[in-house]
Amino acid sequence: MLDGRSMIRHRAGLRLWLPVLWLSALGLAAILAPWIAPHDPLAQDLFLGRLPPFWVAGTEPGYWLGTDSLGRDVLSRILHGARVALLVAVTAGTITCLIGATLGLLAGFLRGWVDIVISRLIDIWMAFPPVLFSILLIAVLGPGLTSIIIAIVVIDWTRFARVVRAEAMTQGAMDYVASARVAGRGRIGTMTREILPNVLPTVVVLLTLEMGIAVIVEAILSFVNLSISTDDPTWGGMIAEGRSAIHQSWWVLVFPLIALFLTVLAFSQLGEGLKDRFDPVLR
Amino acid sequence: MSFLSIRNLSVRLKNGPPLLRRVSLDVAAGEVRGLVGESGAGKSMIGKAVLGILPPSVEITEGEILLDGTDLLRLSPKDSRRRIGATCALIPQDPLTALNPSHRIGPQITDRLVDILGWTRAAAEARARDLVAEVQIADPARVLRSYPHELSGGMRQRILIASAFAAEPKLIVADEPTTALDVTVQKQILKLIAGMQARHGTALLFVTHDLGVVYKVCQQLSVLYSGMVVEDSPVADFFAAPRHPYSAALLAATPKYTDPGAGLHPVPDAVIDAVRAEVAAFDRGAARG
Repeated sequence: MLDGRSMIRHRAGLRLWLPVLWLSALGLAAILAPWIAPHDPLAQDLFLGRLPPFWVAGTEPGYWLGTDSLGRDVLSRILHGARVALLVAVTAGTITCLIGATLGLLAGFLRGWVDIVISRLIDIWMAFPPVLFSILLIAVLGPGLTSIIIAIVVIDWTRFARVVRAEAMTQGAMDYVASARVAGRGRIGTMTREILPNVLPTVVVLLTLEMGIAVIVEAILSFVNLSISTDDPTWGGMIAEGRSAIHQSWWVLVFPLIALFLTVLAFSQLGEGLKDRFDPVLR
Repeated sequence: MSFLSIRNLSVRLKNGPPLLRRVSLDVAAGEVRGLVGESGAGKSMIGKAVLGILPPSVEITEGEILLDGTDLLRLSPKDSRRRIGATCALIPQDPLTALNPSHRIGPQITDRLVDILGWTRAAAEARARDLVAEVQIADPARVLRSYPHELSGGMRQRILIASAFAAEPKLIVADEPTTALDVTVQKQILKLIAGMQARHGTALLFVTHDLGVVYKVCQQLSVLYSGMVVEDSPVADFFAAPRHPYSAALLAATPKYTDPGAGLHPVPDAVIDAVRAEVAAFDRGAARG
């Protein structure tokens, strides 16, 4: 019999290890894509167009997940698309987290005018509709990987700032912070030594969620053709192309969608798993 | 000469009503002063003002806080913080939030000694072991390796007491240190604080709303009503003959375990009205300047 605590532990284990497994496999595949992809993701062959996946009759050996209307290999394109997706997830997620969490921590702990300035900035920022804002940003910056990353950071830092600010305020009211101040810890020391470790679990959960969101945002921008150059395979771009041929070749839409779904799910579950792991009460 | 001397200290909510009205009190070296009053009377506020941890929503409008003869309010924030850190400590009210949940107990006691007071790590660790043994914790080594959530409330309060005495402060502010504990543990903790105080010769500002606690641990007593000190007496005199009608009524309101038939005696309305009139008269005087 499992008691309550080991139940949590057990579930936390699966929640942690399944996402880690999927994400590290995907990460490895993304890095090795040029070597392990069975075909050139850009190579077109009109004689091999709309081949179905391997278990359906009428397929060609070697094209495991079929081909699109131009005869490009879906599996190879998903593997190459993973490079873009993960690169955006990791860089955009991390930069957003660093900027947002730092501002949130400063506002929530220092209060006063620092809080007023940052909080008003967040309010103003959140009044912009995010999708329009990102499209506008890309239009100004021009399409490309860097633009996507900048757009995500610029739009989403408020997510971290708001949550971390609230958390820092809660922690700042605790008696242990008062004790640290009495003992002579300075404001910065109190912030980094006392508050930060207690805010960190929340930050990590948000970070993994943000990575999932970044994957989606990249897909949305590719879907509306505002991502990187249209030749390079991206999951969003594949979904957009697959949508128009859904009745003739469903696999062109479905497989990148599954990859996207599993990746975003893995990121959010990874956050939950890490939180259970970090929480000193459950540890 | 008193180690802590508060002179005419007034604190108010920023652009709001006064919270402390020209409070004066002294704590001599090695002496225990009780600070009693109803909820909201400002007793914790005094402790916070002394330790420089007033919430940002309030401000000090006048007065002096002399710590060993130096007015803390005239020093730069950095200097006053250093002076407070070197000579004062806090035993907080709620042991559940007074320890950092992310750090083990040992470092919570030793880090401040090492980082702020410049002790060597070995000296600080030895000190922590001695103190944890002194607060009667069995298996100090295991407790020092624990996280706060692994310990009971009473155990955590013992740790906080040990931690407060770690740097041999001259003054400890104990902010209702037994309020969050159940009655049997309260008694042990109280005995522990009194014993530690006597052994270390530390002055203690003991904030409480329990006159029974005052009787057991304190030598001097200040009674507060609405941020005003209405009585300042040696404890023996207070229990023999309280000088102010409000503190007399407060004393009469304490339930007597020896006479359960006597019932409860709330502070009479007439006394409340009288003391409120005093506060109002004070405010009028203050408004005239």
